[in-house]
Amino acid sequence: MRAPFPALPLARRSLLAGAAAFSMPRGAWGATPKRSGRLTVAADSEPPNLNPAIIASNGVFFVASKVIEPLAEAAYDGRDGLAPRLATGWEAANDGRSITITLRQGVTWHDDRPFTSADVAFSAMEVWKKHQNLGRAVFRELEAVETPDAHTAVFRFAVPTPAQLIRNALPVVTSVLPKHLYEGTDIMRNPANQKLVGTGPFRFAERRHGEYTRLVRNPTYWEAGRPHLDEIVYRVLPDRAAAGNALEAEEIQLAAFSAVPLADLDRIGKVPGIKVISSGYEGLTYQLVVEINHRRRELSDVRVRRALAHAIDRDFVVRTIFRGYAATSQGPVPKNDRVFHAPDVAGYGFNPARANALLDEAGYPRGADGVRFRLRLLPAPFFNETRQFGDYLRQALAAVGIEAAIVSNDTPAHLRAVYTDHAFDIAVGSPVYRGDPAISTTILFQSGLPAGVPFANQYGYQNAEVDTLIRQAAGTIDDAERVRLYRAFQKLVTDDVALVNVAEFSFITVARDNVLGVSSNPRWAVSNWADLGFAG
Amino acid sequence: MRRTLALLRRRVLGVVPVFALVVLGAFLLLEAAPGDAVDAYLAGVGGGDAAQVAALRTEWGLDGGPLPRLVAYLSALVRLDLGWSSAFQRPVLEVVLERLPNTLLLMGMATLLALSLGSLLGIVCGARPGSLRDRALSLAAIAIYAMPGFWLGLVLIVAFSVELRWLPSGGMETVASGLSGIDRAIDIARHLVLPVLSLGLVYMALYLRLMRDGMAELWGQDFVRAARARGMTGARLVLRHVARNALLPVVTMLGLQSAAMLGGSVVIESVFAIPGLGRLASEAVSRRDTPLLLGVVLLSAIVVMLVNLVVDLSYALLDPRVGSGTGG
Repeated sequence: MRAPFPALPLARRSLLAGAAAFSMPRGAWGATPKRSGRLTVAADSEPPNLNPAIIASNGVFFVASKVIEPLAEAAYDGRDGLAPRLATGWEAANDGRSITITLRQGVTWHDDRPFTSADVAFSAMEVWKKHQNLGRAVFRELEAVETPDAHTAVFRFAVPTPAQLIRNALPVVTSVLPKHLYEGTDIMRNPANQKLVGTGPFRFAERRHGEYTRLVRNPTYWEAGRPHLDEIVYRVLPDRAAAGNALEAEEIQLAAFSAVPLADLDRIGKVPGIKVISSGYEGLTYQLVVEINHRRRELSDVRVRRALAHAIDRDFVVRTIFRGYAATSQGPVPKNDRVFHAPDVAGYGFNPARANALLDEAGYPRGADGVRFRLRLLPAPFFNETRQFGDYLRQALAAVGIEAAIVSNDTPAHLRAVYTDHAFDIAVGSPVYRGDPAISTTILFQSGLPAGVPFANQYGYQNAEVDTLIRQAAGTIDDAERVRLYRAFQKLVTDDVALVNVAEFSFITVARDNVLGVSSNPRWAVSNWADLGFAG
Repeated sequence: MRRTLALLRRRVLGVVPVFALVVLGAFLLLEAAPGDAVDAYLAGVGGGDAAQVAALRTEWGLDGGPLPRLVAYLSALVRLDLGWSSAFQRPVLEVVLERLPNTLLLMGMATLLALSLGSLLGIVCGARPGSLRDRALSLAAIAIYAMPGFWLGLVLIVAFSVELRWLPSGGMETVASGLSGIDRAIDIARHLVLPVLSLGLVYMALYLRLMRDGMAELWGQDFVRAARARGMTGARLVLRHVARNALLPVVTMLGLQSAAMLGGSVVIESVFAIPGLGRLASEAVSRRDTPLLLGVVLLSAIVVMLVNLVVDLSYALLDPRVGSGTGG
């Protein structure tokens, strides 16, 4: 993909329904990888700042998660859907004011200094809370991190904070930095933001801009016998056709994040020696949505918004635009989050007759030319699929008498138009679901945000009841009660058609058959790859 | 020698307003594009809150209007400071100088291929205009010229990298190969074969046509007829009298093409994953990194100016009439 990597979500266990059929890799699961070799993978973006504790985004994690570890990683099995990394245990106090984290012993940094609770306390207070794109919200109320001993860190919050939210956020927001390299420095400009130093299975070796980034095996990694690989090389391949060609020519062995476009999968899947894998991204769910400018008179009428929702054939979108590698969607929490997903939200099936009737009822009859009214449609340029859906939407709306004029922008221009200038009527967006509605989903519906905050409610949508629910849930520490509130929230915004959710999608990995250990967890592409290796 | 120096001085002085125009033009174009470097950054990291957004705009000097930014940029520029790249978080000079050799190598080799092969085949055609050989070669040249460079590149990759596996599909050299000296040079040369072919073959057709048409016209000129009347024939006539005189427009085209080739290399550098100036320019635009774009544009302008200077100097060698009498 050519898109930016908006930062990512957390783990949930199930697969996207549409992708399930393709999910089993053809390689041998049981085989043990041999311990050697250089894995060359395709990369298409080169974040200038590689520090995952500051920038929690897929583009950064893709490289940095192998070097710098979080407290816990998402897992298909395991308590809370998590696998221990630098933390071995996490326990929340009943009053929601503190969480006690037990840390792994015998871990050393890549410069051989010991890893201790001081590193965690420093990272939390000075980096995640102050600088990190997601941590600034998640840890806003973090008051202090106490370190009673070298392997215990107690997070204290100023207000009751849901432990469920912190747990769900652990894999994404808790990359731990070495205090001894960051303390007393300008954190944003620290040279270690490029030459990473962590505790992970791989050490940072070198980076040549526009060419490659190279990681090498960490011989003193805490997990015995890991990692299998000697080296990982990220080769920058800016052309869309390049990853597929390089895989066929065996110059690279793996292309993650749909670096091979969906359109090429049918062909490349038939090449001997190459496998196509669609699992391993369950924790990175993107949502295809129609963003609505509620300031526009016609769109401020809920009947018109419902007509929009009825005009879209979601099955067609999944089948044709996503070639089956996606699932249809009706609400703001994806189906694969079984905890929070509300299955009973209002469904807007494909029904052009109903859409036409709703528009007539709202007082927008077709004119002499068959057009009821005209809209500006801004498809986000982030993915091929968001652009293609824009073309589809124009046709689908034409069928119900709404003429949409497509306005194409590049990425910065699109952000400016939609999220700062509000110069759109409808837009196609791809927000990320990050494993808990509080991380980056409620912000799409909550009112009162200043213009210029991207991927948030810049839509002029305002519902006092929704705002109340969001506020209430944020301070609720009981897991079940939180879930109940967020389910009520989903019903409300879906009834309102604040946005139109169309589909849930993720990414595809294409690899040579001899690469073992692909897709071993729900955030696999952005996890540490300690278990990845070549067949013996 | 004096003539050369005068030409040099005139060129260098003449180039100052050109540079000013180029910088101003590129600056205004990027200013006119909606969205700024912070918007581009936010898309990459997945958003940020209002305080963070405001702090970034201040830190990157984007909170003032365009005029103070331009003034600040120009006043740094006269101190030969190209500024700071927000997209790379490094000094612009460092980033562009890193990419320059790759682009120069690619462009130089492609120009060499286009010029030498183009004029050679042009002479073959022009030696006997209208012959079967001429028609076949001219037709082939037109066919290649009609191909988009990136398409030719993709076809070459599929043929020579994916199917035959003779040559690498992209990159400047083997990643972390540990090679040095002659082995490294051979490695780089192997990587350059396909991109140089895709960039060079397209321009070759242009030189071929120019050479051939120039020669075809010259055959009817008095001095050629006079030479023939003196009994001159064969290679001597073709090369010394016809081809040499047809070479001038070819050299002129070389100067013009150096600019066009920089543009063409944007696409070829992307297709073949070569870290060069062209790709850097397109990245600078999509990241709204104005100092970086201006750095690339300035450096490219210098390269084009130098090539044209060499072209002008070589006129004098090829044609003694150029520059004589005026004193410069």
